[in-house]
Amino acid sequence: MKIVVCVNHVPDTATKVKVGADGKTIDPAGVTYVVNPYDEYAIEEALKTKEKFGGEVVVVSLGGDSNKESIRKALAMGADSAVLLKNDSYRDSMSVAKALAEEIKNQGAEIVFFGKQSVDYDNSITGQITAEMLGYNCITVVVELSIEGDKVIAEREIEGGKEVVETKLPVVITAQKGLNEPRYASLKGIMAAKRKTIEEKDAVQSESFVEVVEMKKPVPKQAGKILGSDASAVPELVRLLREEAKVI
Amino acid sequence: MANKVLAILEQRDGNLKKISLEVSKTASDLAGKLNIEAEAVVIGNEIADLVNVGSYGIKKVTHIKNADLGNYSTSAYTELVSNFIDETGADIILFGNTALGKDLAPHVAVKVNAGIGVDCTNLDVSDGEIIATRPVYAGKALVNIKVNSDKKVFTLRPNVFNAGEPSGETAEVEVKNVDSVNLSIKVTETKKSEGKLDVAEASIIVSGGRGMKGPEHFDIVEELADLLGAAVGASRAAVDAGWRPHSEQVGQTGKTVSPNLYIALGISGAIQHLAGMRSSKYIVAVNKDPDAPIFGVADYGITGDVFEVVPAMIEEIKKIKS
Ligand SMILES: Cc1cc2nc3c(=O)[nH]c(=O)nc-3n(C[C@H](O)[C@H](O)[C@H](O)COP(=O)(O)OP(=O)(O)OC[C@H]3O[C@@H](n4cnc5c(N)ncnc54)[C@H](O)[C@@H]3O)c2cc1C
Ligand SMILES: Nc1ncnc2c1ncn2[C@@H]1O[C@H](COP(=O)(O)O)[C@@H](O)[C@H]1O
Repeated sequence: MKIVVCVNHVPDTATKVKVGADGKTIDPAGVTYVVNPYDEYAIEEALKTKEKFGGEVVVVSLGGDSNKESIRKALAMGADSAVLLKNDSYRDSMSVAKALAEEIKNQGAEIVFFGKQSVDYDNSITGQITAEMLGYNCITVVVELSIEGDKVIAEREIEGGKEVVETKLPVVITAQKGLNEPRYASLKGIMAAKRKTIEEKDAVQSESFVEVVEMKKPVPKQAGKILGSDASAVPELVRLLREEAKVI
Repeated sequence: MANKVLAILEQRDGNLKKISLEVSKTASDLAGKLNIEAEAVVIGNEIADLVNVGSYGIKKVTHIKNADLGNYSTSAYTELVSNFIDETGADIILFGNTALGKDLAPHVAVKVNAGIGVDCTNLDVSDGEIIATRPVYAGKALVNIKVNSDKKVFTLRPNVFNAGEPSGETAEVEVKNVDSVNLSIKVTETKKSEGKLDVAEASIIVSGGRGMKGPEHFDIVEELADLLGAAVGASRAAVDAGWRPHSEQVGQTGKTVSPNLYIALGISGAIQHLAGMRSSKYIVAVNKDPDAPIFGVADYGITGDVFEVVPAMIEEIKKIKS
């Protein structure tokens, strides 16, 4: 089975965000980039799928040269090969998806794993858009997956529970935490990754519909009131919640 | 020039969800600012009280109906909503940023060739153009965006756009029966977490962290939540320790929530936790460490022991309720 996993390279979740000089993007100084956390679940599921059905796992990532760090990590976990779609300027998800879809078509993948969300722009849409462009079926926010023949059954998280969803290959799955436990790369894996190829191509260009006009920091909250250091402060707390905040 | 605003409503088990009222009101307000019409559409089987969206500024709502549409289906809903957009000529399309909306909106955007701005917390009109505001980097920054395509899709963060008081007006409901639907992706079963309110939909959340010391102590968190009609949330430390299910995790890799009241018990307030809850309207923190970062975002704080303070909160709230 030909399996593709799309991996994004994003600022670490502990990043303290500063607005950059252009007023539209973050200041990259001092920012550490990592594999997008949800994409680790996508990589793990791709590897498990290969272990079950045989085949090949290809990593696809769109971005600059530094994306190779995240690609190497996926290769060290066990992916077979990788494609870097080179792109240095801002693109919206529609335009990113177009380039990813083109490469997935080239690869002839039957199953494609995405993370449910990138922790930079928190869009949660690239997998769905790519699937729609390819005419693949799509199940998002998946926490359990089983494949039998061309039948795909997944559980996805919704408010207050889960939905069991049924469809057929070819399919795009977006991975949620809980789907699996991502493996650590072994020393052997890390050594092997150095010999695996990362094919570089220019990303197919298309128009971005979404334009960032301005980036700003949220207005910081006013320092709150400390009401006390033990249970004797509780009556005052409850009074404030009723009379001042009017929330209970 | 924009043509028409379309509100995509959402039902579950035949009842409109609260987000549908927020989307209705936002669509009609936006249409007002642009001097154009707004209407609404909802997909489902039997749906109760649709006329009520009239109370939130919607004059006409179309109900696309089929016995197989009670449950969500990505394929069927994508086709039906996209066709409806073409039929009505709507060019500004609003969804809720819910499990359903997040799944559906991007598919529809591709089908109708629209750009998409998600998780908006404000929509403004300036010189006839829509400027959407949305949090990025888990709320550590905000961006103002423009969508430069003829058709535009926006999804709205739940519990942020105020639906306001109902005006009492009623909407015209048109039922469109459809014969067959494309179920190439279909929901075969919905598993509800037993009688529990989800953090993503609750207007009050009581969350516990590592300071609760163990799963057995969450009984007081649950009791307080029950008294307040609140959902139980948790920090990642509590989830990773196996004390609470992942569906309750609040934060950058959990759920993003904006309730009216968020009560953090024994939670330090790590940057990834704050990312998921800092837009709550009121925040209460109970933590014995006065330097815990959670106090930096809390409106009201008690620097004490949760095992003393929480039982006292339960008693006090019982008192005012009786
Ligand atoms: C990639 C990544 C993603 C992450 N995503 C998330 C996320 O989505 N959500 C999330 O929450 N975290 C997330 N984290 C983890 C985050 O960094 C913190 O580790 C976590 O939030 C800490 O949880 P906590 O506050 O419960 O525990 P701690 O930080 O250990 O805090 C416990 C607090 O309880 C207080 N306390 C102890 N005993 C008592 C008592 N008896 N009475 C009162 N107070 C007491 C202590 O003073 C302390 O402040 C993420 C981390 C990473 C690296
Ligand atoms: N530049 C990219 N390269 C590869 N995959 C990406 C890229 N951007 C997004 N993705 C994938 O799309 C998923 C959802 O991203 P988003 O829609 O940006 O939240 C991510 O978890 C990745 O799997």
